[in-house]
Amino acid sequence: MITSRDIRLIVLEQSRRAHVGHIGSALSVADLVSALYGRVLHVPEVDAPSRDRFILSKGHAVLAVYAALFLKGWLTEKQLNTYCADGTLLGVHPEHELRGIDFATGSLGHGLSLGAGVALAARMQQSPRRVFVLLSDAECNEGSVWEAVMFAAHHGLSNLIAIVDLNGQQALGYTEQVLNLTPLRDRWRVFGWDVVDVDGHDVDGIVSTIEGLDTRQGPPHVLIAKTVFGKGVSYMERQIKWHYWPMSDDEYQQAVREVGGKP
Amino acid sequence: MRGAFAQTLVQLAEEDERVLLLTGDLGYMVLEPFAQRFPDRFFNVGVAEQNMVGLASGLAEAGFIPFLYSIAPFAVLRPYEFIRNGPVMHGFQVRIAGVGGGFEYGHNGLTHFGLEDVGVLRILPGMTVVAPADHAQARNALRSTWNMPGPVYYRLGKDDSVTVGGLDGRFELGRVQTLREGRDLLMLAMGSIAIEAVEAARRLTEQGVDCGVAVVAGIAPAPTADLAAILARVPLAITVEEHFVNGGLGSLVSEVVAGHQLSCRVIRKGVEDLPRGISGSQAYLRRANGLSADALCETALRALEKRRP
Repeated sequence: MITSRDIRLIVLEQSRRAHVGHIGSALSVADLVSALYGRVLHVPEVDAPSRDRFILSKGHAVLAVYAALFLKGWLTEKQLNTYCADGTLLGVHPEHELRGIDFATGSLGHGLSLGAGVALAARMQQSPRRVFVLLSDAECNEGSVWEAVMFAAHHGLSNLIAIVDLNGQQALGYTEQVLNLTPLRDRWRVFGWDVVDVDGHDVDGIVSTIEGLDTRQGPPHVLIAKTVFGKGVSYMERQIKWHYWPMSDDEYQQAVREVGGKP
Repeated sequence: MRGAFAQTLVQLAEEDERVLLLTGDLGYMVLEPFAQRFPDRFFNVGVAEQNMVGLASGLAEAGFIPFLYSIAPFAVLRPYEFIRNGPVMHGFQVRIAGVGGGFEYGHNGLTHFGLEDVGVLRILPGMTVVAPADHAQARNALRSTWNMPGPVYYRLGKDDSVTVGGLDGRFELGRVQTLREGRDLLMLAMGSIAIEAVEAARRLTEQGVDCGVAVVAGIAPAPTADLAAILARVPLAITVEEHFVNGGLGSLVSEVVAGHQLSCRVIRKGVEDLPRGISGSQAYLRRANGLSADALCETALRALEKRRP
């Protein structure tokens, strides 16, 4: 059983233990990851060729995915507790050497073209498997994203589902101040994608939206998922510093209480 | 070379349905046979090389063997990080064919020159780098490497008529193809410039110099044992490449000499400086960079002169 609350608690616990940042980004996608790993991704076996693929193009939020892999039982507690330790497979960005991770990512702008290739391969192999690519909004600064956007639309890769984590923030500022993305949904739409708005913290809404997509024919899909950076921890929400900042003990205890855990 | 490559690729695609071909909107009058024979396995992805490499990575993850085609700098330099984080990092069977190694697109200017492709790719662990000297060798090189694990780079020339005398299309990864042994000096060549080295060696021999010549087409994995063995037998080696002097064959040979504590002197002939604002025919650019048979002879004679007591 995967819940957003459990993902958030693991994100906080591991970030505190390892004394590292990227907490706000992981909290931003916690509900999306919860929906995907809990109810959307069709994965009969962790390495079954027919499984749906998931690419975390915003690799820096991978702690939320590690949490999901642990809650799925694909990762042991012992492994999880090596997060950011020397020699670990669980770094700040995902490694495909880790069971359950399909692609190593971390350099923004890479994941959607990987996903387009995976989607094209699935179609050529007449497989119903789908590909989910979770991007950050600021990642759309990268020109390579739009190369993949054009290709997927041109080839009608309806089995490709991009999800943009629209939290309005990037490493050094708010997206509207750094490099304005608006109107983001229109940009995807005029490139030929099926664009759907979702509340990125409403797990039921995310699941039902994805269930309603036609992944057998038509254009590729993008969910513009409105989220709050640092969601669930009041002092982190919409704060730039929590892209990189680690928590103190006091901050950790408050954060755990706020997301519904026991410090 | 590119014609031989494209023909061989059609044969491979007949034999194995995993073979795909992607192009970044280049290959007019080269790729048509593949595109017509296998329309469902041919993709012109548009002028978008990063996406082409990303796509290929995704396709390879599913078991396909995608071949990518573009002019060398576009195939390698634009998507370099995608190559590193995709095929190299994941060990995917992605094949990159860069056409126009060196000055083959000489009239097109620096943007189209392929002068650093081998250098930047051979440093990536697990990346196989192949730079055939003529079309017959290109054919055999492709035949012997297309299905190997991990990514492969093929540095191809445009010419499909010239053959390097004595090479007979021989290719074996991890080996050096020796055309002629010599006791005074050894010319080591990479790519289509090998014909200049062969001609220089012929002229030097006529002048009484015992000059050997060898082709190094399998650059990575480096043919270290072969190089160490043949370099141990000569006092002087001249490396010849249509590539910047740093990073390519000359650097590789120097690494072997240093690593094996050999006494052989190495002279690296290649492109010394950025050919800024200079374009022209391939022959002109070879001459301008001291890579013609004439210039190679002169380099050899001067070096040998110095050695005499």
